[in-house]
Amino acid sequence: MTPRAGNGGLLRIGAPVLVGIVVIAAWYALVKVSGVQKVLVPSPVDVAEALIEDWGLLSHSLLITLRITLAAFLCATVLGTLIAFAFAQSRVVEASFFPYAVLLQVTPIVAISPLIVIWVRNTEAALIVCATIVAIFPVISNTTLGLRSVDPGLANLFRMNRATRLQTLLRLRIPGAAPYFFGGLRIASGLALIGAVVAEFVAGTGGHGAGLAYQILQAGFQLKTPRLFAALLLITVAGVVLFLAMVWLSRLALGHWHESELAPES
Amino acid sequence: MDIVKDGAAIRAISPAAGEPPVVELGAVAKTYPNGTRALDPVDLAIRAGEFVTVLGPSGCGKSTLLKMIAGLAAPSAGQIRWWGEGFDAVGRAGRTLAMVFQEATLMPWSRVHGNVRLPLDLARTERSTADRAVAAALALVGLDGFAQHYPRELSGGMQMRVSIARALVTNPALLLMDEPFGALDEITRGKLDGELSELWRRKSLTVAFVTHSIYEAVFLSTRVLVMSSRPGRIVREVPIDEPFPRNDAFRVSQRFAMHCRTLSELLAAASDAQ
Repeated sequence: MTPRAGNGGLLRIGAPVLVGIVVIAAWYALVKVSGVQKVLVPSPVDVAEALIEDWGLLSHSLLITLRITLAAFLCATVLGTLIAFAFAQSRVVEASFFPYAVLLQVTPIVAISPLIVIWVRNTEAALIVCATIVAIFPVISNTTLGLRSVDPGLANLFRMNRATRLQTLLRLRIPGAAPYFFGGLRIASGLALIGAVVAEFVAGTGGHGAGLAYQILQAGFQLKTPRLFAALLLITVAGVVLFLAMVWLSRLALGHWHESELAPES
Repeated sequence: MDIVKDGAAIRAISPAAGEPPVVELGAVAKTYPNGTRALDPVDLAIRAGEFVTVLGPSGCGKSTLLKMIAGLAAPSAGQIRWWGEGFDAVGRAGRTLAMVFQEATLMPWSRVHGNVRLPLDLARTERSTADRAVAAALALVGLDGFAQHYPRELSGGMQMRVSIARALVTNPALLLMDEPFGALDEITRGKLDGELSELWRRKSLTVAFVTHSIYEAVFLSTRVLVMSSRPGRIVREVPIDEPFPRNDAFRVSQRFAMHCRTLSELLAAASDAQ
């Protein structure tokens, strides 16, 4: 695809980095030239300053948000996979419960989180429940699809060799479902973070257990716009890192065989 | 129906008198629930050591016939006997079936070695025994050096060889092949046909082969069943009474051309009759 060897990496990493630098420089220049107030639009330098100055506060919040995100992501992965296995084992189970899984997906988390906050006494647990609800659907639907998408030829081969249900599951369905599963994880990782932040906005935690969403709200009230930007930046970076971790995990698991992870041929 | 002769024309296979055929179909028919007649009643017996080819146009029910022999589909009428018994007899006392499909149908996540070993793994064969059988099967199809490769790293022809090795690894008493080389180019197909014929001879295999290629049918078979479509039925049985081993010289011989003409006329007549 690429004209010369080595250009691929340069293009993939160099180009986005260049775009980032240009955007930040333009941002800085615009703020300086227009003379707009820091409260309205801080310059990149202001944001960096806020990040350093408030690092103690922000890093503590970041850890809390990350903790909720990861816990929810883990719950979504484990529960979602278990539900997908139940669906894949029986058409009756799937037909009976899949509509309710869709219900989870289409109901806005903002609308149900007050209920969950009432029901679950521990705030952090409530936030984890909310974020799990947001993140679980892609895991369920992708893994179910994967477990069902068995190559018919291979299915016949297993039947001819009198494979037991368990053998077929372990040797055919699960490996075949892996690419779908990892696709689901990629989506779920981002959703878990979104769920954690949105739930915190609604649940309105404060004090010592405050995550990044709370810092954004507080910074907004206090017109500390640079800090707001800094908190936003941390959420974004966390999301990107989480996504990259999933890409890496997927490559680690599938890199040796699946089309999606193979390097393009020269 | 007994076509296997004790002549020199066919290699020395003398099934003990009274030994039941490997598989025997009595008035086996297949009608789909929507009323489509896929296969009209068929009588057929395949004896140990035969290479029987079912030749016919697309949609004549030849794959359906093979699937029923494999136990993957149930006939809607008639009866199939394996070694004179029901399907329960399959798998007992080394009476195993193996099938090679139209595509290689390999597990992409598994190396060649793992793919070939699959039937043994599923039968819970002991590891070292299985590994020896896999090495032997890979040697048979000329893929000794490729055990650690992934299927995607192999050409279409090599993937098909892996598929054949996987079928041979259990030493099947009956090998079913459903247009195995249909997706390959002409040159590769000719090469694999030659190797298959050699394997059949050396390993004393019993093969039921499905194809729509007249040349392939003549080259490989001891007997060809010509089928017509809509509804699928066997119109004629043609013994290919030629000596083995068959080589490239056979492909260009007068006798080869004669057999091809016979089969092609039968196919044409069958399609005209509709």
